[in-house]
Amino acid sequence: MTSCLILADFIGGKNTKITAELATAAARIGEVTAVVLAPTGQGATYAASLNQGAISKVIVVESDSFAAHGIGAVADVLTQIIATKNPAAILIASHAFGKEVAGRVAVKSNCGIITDAVDVAADLTATQLVFGGSTTVHSQVCHGTAIITVRPNSITADLKAASPAVESLSFEISECAKKATITSSKPPLQGGRPELTEADIVVSGGRGTNGDFAAVEAFADSLGAAVGASRAATDAGWYPHSHQVGQTGKTVSPQLYVACGISGAIQHRAGMQTSKAIVVINKDPEAPIFEIADFGVVGDLFAVLPKATEGVKARKS
Amino acid sequence: MKIAVCIKQVPDSWAEKKMVNGLLDRVNVDVVLNDLDEYAIEESLAIAEAHGGNDEGGANTITVISMGPERATEAVRKALSMGANNAILVSDSALVGADALSTSQVLATVIFKGEFDLVLCGTESTDARMSVVPAMIAERLGCAQLTFASAVKVDPVAKKVSITRVSETGVDEMFGQFPAIVSVVEKINEPRYPSFKGIMAAKKKSIEVMDLNAVGIAIENAWSVVIDASPRPPRAAGIKVSDDGGGADQLVTFLAEKKLI
Ligand SMILES: Cc1cc2nc3c(=O)[nH]c(=O)nc-3n(C[C@H](O)[C@H](O)[C@H](O)COP(=O)(O)OP(=O)(O)OC[C@H]3O[C@@H](n4cnc5c(N)ncnc54)[C@H](O)[C@@H]3O)c2cc1C
Ligand SMILES: Nc1ncnc2c1ncn2[C@@H]1O[C@H](COP(=O)(O)O)[C@@H](O)[C@H]1O
Repeated sequence: MTSCLILADFIGGKNTKITAELATAAARIGEVTAVVLAPTGQGATYAASLNQGAISKVIVVESDSFAAHGIGAVADVLTQIIATKNPAAILIASHAFGKEVAGRVAVKSNCGIITDAVDVAADLTATQLVFGGSTTVHSQVCHGTAIITVRPNSITADLKAASPAVESLSFEISECAKKATITSSKPPLQGGRPELTEADIVVSGGRGTNGDFAAVEAFADSLGAAVGASRAATDAGWYPHSHQVGQTGKTVSPQLYVACGISGAIQHRAGMQTSKAIVVINKDPEAPIFEIADFGVVGDLFAVLPKATEGVKARKS
Repeated sequence: MKIAVCIKQVPDSWAEKKMVNGLLDRVNVDVVLNDLDEYAIEESLAIAEAHGGNDEGGANTITVISMGPERATEAVRKALSMGANNAILVSDSALVGADALSTSQVLATVIFKGEFDLVLCGTESTDARMSVVPAMIAERLGCAQLTFASAVKVDPVAKKVSITRVSETGVDEMFGQFPAIVSVVEKINEPRYPSFKGIMAAKKKSIEVMDLNAVGIAIENAWSVVIDASPRPPRAAGIKVSDDGGGADQLVTFLAEKKLI
């Protein structure tokens, strides 16, 4: 039977939402084996978190090389597993780490690579939205195992309970991967709100907040949303860089994106244009962000947001 | 130090981009130096300046490497006018539509021959948006991959490079020995504008244009194919209201109607 690998996505030791999304897409292709890479001694705990979705098997690899050598070590393991299992495809989360791992695996295994897919079909056709979401592209890998990175939050995850068989594996780290050494790592700060790329709703603030994110945060909290920021806001130090949305920040595609005091520069749009619904609050009626808004309020965010926050709370209670 | 900077010429971010026969139309579009690569050029200049400069015959040289159509000399020239010393442009009709695997193969071959200590890249080309080429080059050359750097420290005597990596997965401190591939994020510096003197000097700097034969490799494989590409319908113009005190209520009603709350 055709098999499909996924790389289970752990950030700061936590299995992220995309793992189940990858499994859902992988199950269309074949029997799903999830690869779990864990620090020594934590394989069982990590593997136990893969209890949802169409995962038939889990391969656990325990090693401290992943923390010490990062991307190179992860690429080594995946290449070794591909060589023995010969899967039709391997699906990996499309963030910086996932894409770089995929790139190295593609070189090592001489296989084709497609990044940032928003969908993957049973016949391995990947769908991408390119040029700021203006063009849909379908493509296929035509050499070797298809290495595909998938954008978080684009596939609706099948969350039925699963109890996959767990197998453990050892691996050899290459000399090449040892050339880069990580001396310390800090996981991203979440601050109690949902993670940006996983959130169903994202409320972002830009230069128009003038440094005061309280109204943006309060509105986000009324909706159970993640908070994002434009580069103008992160550059000014008003919000952490890890919350930047856009070309050089994160790509989000939530059900709802609310842009407050953001003009809609092309680099910002690149990270949010594929959101299902876009709502804008901006006092300049000419701001380009209105061109892509499903609903726009021309107004002062400091006047609109507090009232909208009350309105949402009233409806929810 | 021998420093290389990989730069790409890309369609202007604001330009309308079209696919023709499954490939991005790079002819009928305004092109610019990939703005994320400007940070790599700036960082190479800053590194050189911190360690004896890159004047003719000095301690460091900065070589710009680019793969693209002949027209990409414009982008290369801009990098030279910022202060890089010389340039190599790989241009060959066989490379039209080249994917990241071929691109990295070409760049890695040129880098290997040039025996560089340090190779700087941007984190992403704004057209392809893959962010894989630097990692692929590191894999091909078997050298240290130090990517997504928000800070770079170089010790030429110990031949050591240390960086702070920032990405979705957190913040890492990491290091490696020469030769190393470093990609830099846009928070790292503020790229300089070419000065008049720089622009004049760049006119005299050499750009070596090579075809694949001169590089010494052949590109035969296509690892992936585009089946089709179609424009998506533009987002339909939505509702726009002026806030005269009732904007918030209208907004909340919209969210409720769309079942978003
Ligand atoms: C290489 C490169 C990479 C980049 N990457 C990114 C990226 O990843 N993400 C990103 O966001 N940007 C990125 N940018 C920057 C981008 O070009 C813009 O500069 C940035 O997005 C502008 O942020 P802004 O919309 O918050 O600010 P501005 O463009 O200054 O817009 C502020 C808006 O707020 C409105 N406003 C002001 N006061 C109020 C108020 N009280 N109430 C309501 N509205 C108000 C104004 O009308 C205006 O439209 C990048 C740029 C470059 C060159
Ligand atoms: N054709 C090219 N010529 C030179 N450098 C390139 C080319 N393509 C990519 N790069 C480098 O690799 C980085 C990442 O590109 P990409 O993987 O295409 O997103 C860019 O910022 C450049 O530094």
